Formats: sequence, structure tokens, C-alpha cells
Amino acid sequence: MSEHILRLDDIHTDIGQYHVLHGISLEVPEGGVYVLLGRNGAGKTTTLRTIMGLWRARQGAIVFRHHDITALHTSDIARLGIAYVPENMGIFGGLTVEENMRLASAAGGFDDNRLQRIFALFPAMEKFWATPARSLSGGQKQMLAISRAIIEPRELILIDEPTKGLAPAIIRAMIDAFREIAAETTILLVEQNFLFASSLGANVSVIDDGRIAHSGTMPDLVADNELQTRLLSLSLDAHQ
Amino acid sequence: MPSGPNISTSLFDRIGGVNALPVLLMIVALPLVGSLSSWATLTFAGLAMGMMIFLMASGLSLVFGLMDVLNFGHSAFITFGAFIAATVLLALGAWVEADSLTLNFLALFAAIGAASLFGLVAGWFFERVIVRPVYRDHLRQILITIGALIIAEQLILAIWGGAPIAVPRPALLNGSIIIGDVAIEIYRIFAFFLGLAVFLALYLVLNRTRIGLLIRAGVENREMVEALGFRIERIFIAVFMVGSALAAMGGAMWAGYQGLISGTLGGELLVLVFIVVIIGGLGSIEGSLLGALMVGLMGNYIAFIFPKLALASNMLLMLVILLWRPWGLKPAVGG
Repeated sequence: MSEHILRLDDIHTDIGQYHVLHGISLEVPEGGVYVLLGRNGAGKTTTLRTIMGLWRARQGAIVFRHHDITALHTSDIARLGIAYVPENMGIFGGLTVEENMRLASAAGGFDDNRLQRIFALFPAMEKFWATPARSLSGGQKQMLAISRAIIEPRELILIDEPTKGLAPAIIRAMIDAFREIAAETTILLVEQNFLFASSLGANVSVIDDGRIAHSGTMPDLVADNELQTRLLSLSLDAHQ
Repeated sequence: MPSGPNISTSLFDRIGGVNALPVLLMIVALPLVGSLSSWATLTFAGLAMGMMIFLMASGLSLVFGLMDVLNFGHSAFITFGAFIAATVLLALGAWVEADSLTLNFLALFAAIGAASLFGLVAGWFFERVIVRPVYRDHLRQILITIGALIIAEQLILAIWGGAPIAVPRPALLNGSIIIGDVAIEIYRIFAFFLGLAVFLALYLVLNRTRIGLLIRAGVENREMVEALGFRIERIFIAVFMVGSALAAMGGAMWAGYQGLISGTLGGELLVLVFIVVIIGGLGSIEGSLLGALMVGLMGNYIAFIFPKLALASNMLLMLVILLWRPWGLKPAVGG
């Protein structure tokens, strides 16, 4: 039994009048990449947003380490050591790459070691350090969003569809970067790209219609074609 | 693909782009006005008026851009600022009229200071009680801030009465500087430099400090600022207080400029202030400055050249600019 860093216990979330999550339960072990798969609209993004406190769970509990974070303010959840990379990346376009990173660093300064490691992972960050983020390409914006999430040591990083709209070459570079990041922290990854997800994830849950349809290890899912087809037919068709 | 900043070589960009618009307006107005001395007088009046409107608009623009709050109550801070400044100047009559620079200045700073201090405190109260319950709901914001405005206007009637109040102007600001055959009122020069100083201070805070970084980030994406661990509502309230204080400061300056104030002053100015915020681009201090200078200049030139168009001129200005740049001259977001 490994220590769980995050536990969701029967989470129900409403968005407006819609009941989106119908009792999500998850246990994310410490370290490595935990993948959430599922069709469009299944509730993956809502799950991440509920963990982050951006939507409120109507029922259930979210426990991070030993803190019940279900009712905490988003900023307090962030300060406990959870970083969030939303699907739209949440880049501040009018701010430079440096200013985007500076906002994410606790004291407004940088730990030189971490910064050098980020530059080694994503050389474009150093090259465009003083450039307004809005003029970066889509892949570079995603790199900035991830760099921002790791500029401080975080215990858990929630990442929503980082490969969306990216070219295959950039996706391959992302896989290497994620492996390196996952070596020292825990990543909860929402992904539609099964190849990307399966080359990173150790554990996986599949969400369907606001419920967990399957939980297990990634190698088991990869080996079981029938299960993949049943759970993910649409997602598999969707990626190229 | 990596992409650097756009390289554009159009003539308009080379002469400074939208930053050059007030200067272009001045150049276009010169032949239309005809006489150089009238043109100079109108230009200085327009710049001074623009800077006072900038004081009132900058706060509204930040509140609008950062908090997405439509605050029609903003004009109440302008009116209160004007009346409080007038009251202080009346009470310090001896200092105002004294033949001493020091006493003149003390009276003036007491008036502007009292108005701004009132704006800070009232802004805190207003955000807490009126605005906070209606974040993210524009219809309710409009209703409740207009309601608060009505109450504020009635309070002014109850405190100061309905008759216009004559505002004494400190003796040192009461003359003109004569250069050739152009007379420039000292008060206008003072108003211009006060506005410029406030602009520089806001610009430095927004661009050189961490709180400024947070405000600029919050204008773009409030949610992400929270997800990075910051309490955006604490930034909101600080911005709201400063915005209200600047409105009151603008009102105080306007009182001295007009010399005679009545309770409808804020409401009349709010139209101009909204135009400035919209043509400048929401949440942008540079945009507010550009918009305010253009509105000030335009108002003065048109009142001289085609007096009948005076009322419509700023609306036309807004129309033309929005057709050309739908997000304003210098939007804080996008672009």
C-alpha cells in the first residue's frame, strides 16, 4: 500500500442546474502520473476544477494529504501545494514569460536551480523570457503553463489536456518533460490522447457520465483491447 | 512556430500608433480653429480637462477591467469629492485668500486630500456593502449601483442643499501665465501636472511592483490568479478604494476648475468618463489617458469650431474609434 496524496470520496458537483459529477471516488497514490480518461463531456475537467475549488462539490469529500480541502478557497488549496494547468492554459498574454513565472513563485524571486532545470526542459522559455506570452505559439504557451506549475516545488499538479492542438513532435517532447517532472512530484493528468496518456500513466481511471467507469493500472488497460473499446471507443477514434 | 513581436512598418505605427492620436488631433484642429492663440488656449484647456477626466476614468477602468463591475455609482465619488473640496476651501477661506504660497498650498492639499481620503473610505464601504454581493451579475450591478447613486445624490442635497456652491480658488492658482498673446490659466497647468503625476504613479505601480503584476494578471484571468494562490478579492477592494479616491480627487479638481458646482456634476461627467473608459480599452491606464486627452481636446475644439455639435462630438469620437478598434485604443486584454 502506497500513501495516497489525494482522495476523492463520492463527489457530486453541479454546474448551474446541471448535475455533472454523480459520485466520483478516486485515490491518487503519491508520485508518478495518474491519468483520467473519458469521452468529451464525461466530467474530467469538472473533476479537476472541483479539486481546485473552482466548482464547489455539493456532496462528498476531497482530502489532500490529511487536509479536508472540500470547502477551502481556491487560493488556499493552491497554497497547500497543488498547482493547476487548465485546458486553456491560463496564460496571462499581456505579461511576459518572466512575469507569468514570477507570479507563480512564492516570494516573487526565483530559485536558480529550478529555473535552470526548467530552461533545460523547455529551452523556449529562456529564449522568450522577456516576450509577452500572447506572442508565443500554442506549444510554447503550454510549456509556459507547465513551467509555471513547477517553478515552485508542488506536491500535486493537475493538468488538463496538455496535448490538445499540439503537433506530434511537440507531444513527444512533452512526454519526456512529464517523465522528468513526475519523478519528483505527483501529476493528475486529464487526457484524450491515449498514446500520450498510456506512455506516462501508472494508474488510470476512466470517467463516464460523471461516474468512475473503471480504475486500474495503465498496463492492464493497455493490454485489454476489449476494455479500451468499451470504455474509450470515442476517445480512440478522436485521436489520430 | 516561434513568433516574435509583429513587425509593421505602416506610417501610422512609425509615428507612434495610437499614442500619436492626441497630437494628430491637435494638428488637424489648428487650421480649423484658424488663430494660433485661440488654438493654444483651447489646446491647454483640453489637456487640463482631459487630465481631470483621466483622474476620474482611470479608477473606473481598472474596476471595470479587473472586477468586471459596472459601477454607475462612480459618479457619486466625483460629486462628493467636489463638494468636500469646496467645503474645505470655504472653511479655510483665510488660507485660500492669504498672500502666502505656503498657506495657499496647504489649503489646496487639504481640500484634495480630504476628498481623496473620503474616496478611500467610502470606496471601502461601497465595495463591501453594495458591490460584493453582486459580483458576476451585471444586471444587478447596474440596478444596485444606480440605486446607491440616487441615495448619494439625495445625501448631497440633504447636506449641501440644492443651490450651486461657489468654490473659492487658492490665490496662487488664480491667475494666468501670458506667453505672447496666449493666456494659460495656472489652474489648468496645475491640473495637467497633477494628472500626469497620478498617471506616472499608477503606471509605475502597475508595471514595476508585484501588486501591479497581480492587478494586470487579474484583469486577464481572475480565476488563474486564484489558482496561483492569491486572494483576488483583496486586490479587488484595494483597487476599488484607489479608484474611488481618484474619482473624488478628480471631482475636487473639477470643482476648482468650474468655480460653481451643483449636485448634478458627477452624473454629467460620468457620460464622458464612460466614453473615455470605452475608447481607451477596459482595464488599461494608458488607454484611459489617451481617451481622456482626446475627449478633452475634442470637447474644447468642437465647442469653438462647431458649437452645435459640442454635445455629439464625443459620442461621434467613440463611434469612430470603436468602428476602427472595437476593443478600444489600448485594451489590457487581447490585442
